[in-house]
Amino acid sequence: MTNLTLHNVSRRNFLKAGSGLTLAMVLPLAHAAPAGVAGPGIAGSGPLAAGSFSPNAFVGIGTDGVVTVLSKHLEMGQGVYTGLATLVAEELDADWSKLVVEGAPADAVRYNNLFWGAVQGTGGSTAIANSFEQLRQAGAAARAMLVQAAAARWSVPVAEIVVAEGVVSHPASGRRAGFGELAEAAGRLPVPENVVLKDPKDFKLIGRRAPRTDSVAKTTGRAMFTQDVKLPGMLVAVVAHPPRFGAVVREVDDKAARALPGVAEVVRIPSGVAVLAGDYWTAKRAREVLKIDWDESKAWRGSSGQMFADYRKLAAGPGAVARRDGDADKALGNAARVIEAEFVFPYLAHAAMEPLNCVMRLDANGCEVWNGEQFQTVDQATLAAILGLKPEQVKLNMLYAGGSFGRRANPQSDYLVETAHIVKAIGGRAPVKLVWSREDDMRAGYYRPAYLHRLRAVLDEKGRPLAWAQRIVGQSIALGSPFESMMIKDGVDAISVEGAANLPYAIPNLTVDLHTTNATVKVPVQWWRSVGSTHTGFSTEVFIDELAAAAGADPVAYRLALLESHPRHAAVLKLASDKAGWSRPLSAAAGGKRGRGVAVHESFSSFVAQVVETTVAADGSFKVDRVVCAVDCGIAINPDVIRAQMEGSIGFALAAALSGEITLKDGQVEQSNFHDYPVLRINEMPLVEVYIVPSAAKPSGVGEPGVPPLAPALVNALFAATGKRIRTLPIGEQLKT
Amino acid sequence: MTSFTLNGRPVSADLPDDTPLLWVVRDHLDLTGTKFGCGMALCGACTMHLDGEPIRSCSTPLSAAAGKSLTTIEGIGEARIGAAVQAAWQKLDVVQCGYCQSGQIMSAVALLASNPKPSDADIDAAMSGNLCRCATYVRIRAAIHEAAQALA
Repeated sequence: MTNLTLHNVSRRNFLKAGSGLTLAMVLPLAHAAPAGVAGPGIAGSGPLAAGSFSPNAFVGIGTDGVVTVLSKHLEMGQGVYTGLATLVAEELDADWSKLVVEGAPADAVRYNNLFWGAVQGTGGSTAIANSFEQLRQAGAAARAMLVQAAAARWSVPVAEIVVAEGVVSHPASGRRAGFGELAEAAGRLPVPENVVLKDPKDFKLIGRRAPRTDSVAKTTGRAMFTQDVKLPGMLVAVVAHPPRFGAVVREVDDKAARALPGVAEVVRIPSGVAVLAGDYWTAKRAREVLKIDWDESKAWRGSSGQMFADYRKLAAGPGAVARRDGDADKALGNAARVIEAEFVFPYLAHAAMEPLNCVMRLDANGCEVWNGEQFQTVDQATLAAILGLKPEQVKLNMLYAGGSFGRRANPQSDYLVETAHIVKAIGGRAPVKLVWSREDDMRAGYYRPAYLHRLRAVLDEKGRPLAWAQRIVGQSIALGSPFESMMIKDGVDAISVEGAANLPYAIPNLTVDLHTTNATVKVPVQWWRSVGSTHTGFSTEVFIDELAAAAGADPVAYRLALLESHPRHAAVLKLASDKAGWSRPLSAAAGGKRGRGVAVHESFSSFVAQVVETTVAADGSFKVDRVVCAVDCGIAINPDVIRAQMEGSIGFALAAALSGEITLKDGQVEQSNFHDYPVLRINEMPLVEVYIVPSAAKPSGVGEPGVPPLAPALVNALFAATGKRIRTLPIGEQLKT
Repeated sequence: MTSFTLNGRPVSADLPDDTPLLWVVRDHLDLTGTKFGCGMALCGACTMHLDGEPIRSCSTPLSAAAGKSLTTIEGIGEARIGAAVQAAWQKLDVVQCGYCQSGQIMSAVALLASNPKPSDADIDAAMSGNLCRCATYVRIRAAIHEAAQALA
């Protein structure tokens, strides 16, 4: 465990990262990496060539004219390398075809997330939002220096110089020079302190399509993931983990494992027994013949069914209050009719396509890590504590991640810690690549927490909600993590109630309260793409639909009437419903009942509405035919990346809605691989249309906000088709019973 | 010792016969474009071509390759269909995290080799063994149509 603690930060603002605030986060890291230790270009392909020009931490220009952009954020599929490069290239007027993006090294001073204070990391859909001005300024500074160098070389006024697509020119004299020809001279100039950014009307790249910078590498097998790293002398480690959370090794008989040809080491570590070999297959075979006696005296032996029964009992009584407007209890107590619903959410695994892994090397100078690195500052501090190093002695190489969905930003740095213990146990005699199998990945915990919500409402004489009371029961992600003091106030983990405590609908009497269950439930939990909104977006948007039905109102009109003071919610709702043809009846389908449903939700300061069309067959099976999505994420940097994130979020959310469920029985995780934890396949993918609201607001994120509306819109569509309201996820076979 | 050709070059591996081809190629022949996703032929990330037929290399033993021709993502662009599929993937920016895409491309090439003009239903049927957790499926469908058109 680390003593890392984050505090003195407004949790509201941390959550509301898109607000553009720079937060003062206090870390025991005042001695974060000096510039000389971790400079640009050190990660990735090595230092920039002599004669090249590197005016700041984000941009380098080689004498060959290649512009290198250093990304402080992890590329895990969300398109951030392309987005950050767009910001630089826009202000630099660079040639997109001569631009490469590399992962920046760990350096909380230069590469911190501006929304997180002195912490480097990727999450909360903040990457573009926090970098919007920073990287444009980086590009503009480099441009100004190239212009200065050209003006000096040609003895012409700066104001007469034009820059376009990587060429600096002086139209009056016909002189031209590529960036590469000017790089060396520009590099000798002082870096300007103040630069003027473009007027948005002059944007040439922002708002248009720029091809992804990683498409070629990722379609030819050349992209480097952690799984692909091979260092000289490296050993591959697989670990036998305990069968239940909280169990530890009592004794291990490793004779048979050690006898297998190619096995180099078998070591005990806090999280189990590690087998090391020259290759994965040998290590895996050796693990199969380990004989381990587990001490399960402190293991958690709960089961999902009993846990939800306990949650249901808790939901009957009041919890810690997250929001209280008016007096919902009084209104509910006086009501002739209370509308009530219970929603149940299972644990969910992230199940990224690249199972978790990490490469680590230890030597006299420190530790070097190759990883799909998502949480640099936390991981540095945590690894340093285990290895007896200073954080700056932990060098992190950020590689592409084969998905993450939040998993690689683990609050306890779990799989990095495991790798560190293995490297330490063998005295650093070889670099180690930890490889988890799919089964290891699925059973290691750190799931989206399971929750139970109870909602009650009263309508006034016009059918509008007079009172709304929402109670949430489940584990806190922040409790026991470095984020505890920042996120938890008066017994409420802001992460558990986000999306519910900020319900946008105009309701005079509104209460949201919370029961936190960490004292009795010991399943490790963490954030999962769109975090709190994965469950609050569902319960609030299904329940408001139930109120609309009770009022006999149209679901879109009912919501719009309650969103008068939330124009951005209203605008995406109108756009999605218009494009879906909401006012016209759905076309009939042979042999099935059709239904259309809607949902709108804000998360991470982006607003998304989706209309789902479904066809339900006579036997209760159904198909999602089409999803129409509207998104307002402020200024659209890369519209095609935004569309891709909406498409992907819809598929990701649909998988969870249809079948995503991790269950426990007597403390053991019952799922292990894609046969019993199915994720979406191509034949289940609906047609998707994405519409982007034109906006001049500061950009907000798109990696997560497309997820929350899908499941409620689908359940509302199934209700429209069948009259049956599903309140327990996943949907599974519920329409068939 | 098992000998076969890998992307047109003769290779051999001195490993137990039951070693999966995925690990032979990744850990011993150092071509890492083919990915490990599930180990049970459930996700398709490990798809290679053995004598032109798509296989799940995580569950295919080394012995199955003896004397045959194995093609991976690193070699598929040498042939016309492979190059067209890669170009279509790039044109439409199909990839997100990219980890599954080697397998997707290998399956798409196999589909187009046997069915030059697949329908959406043909694509769904041929590609449903390849998981993409980023759910890039809308673009996979579009890119296969794009490649089919380019090859026509």
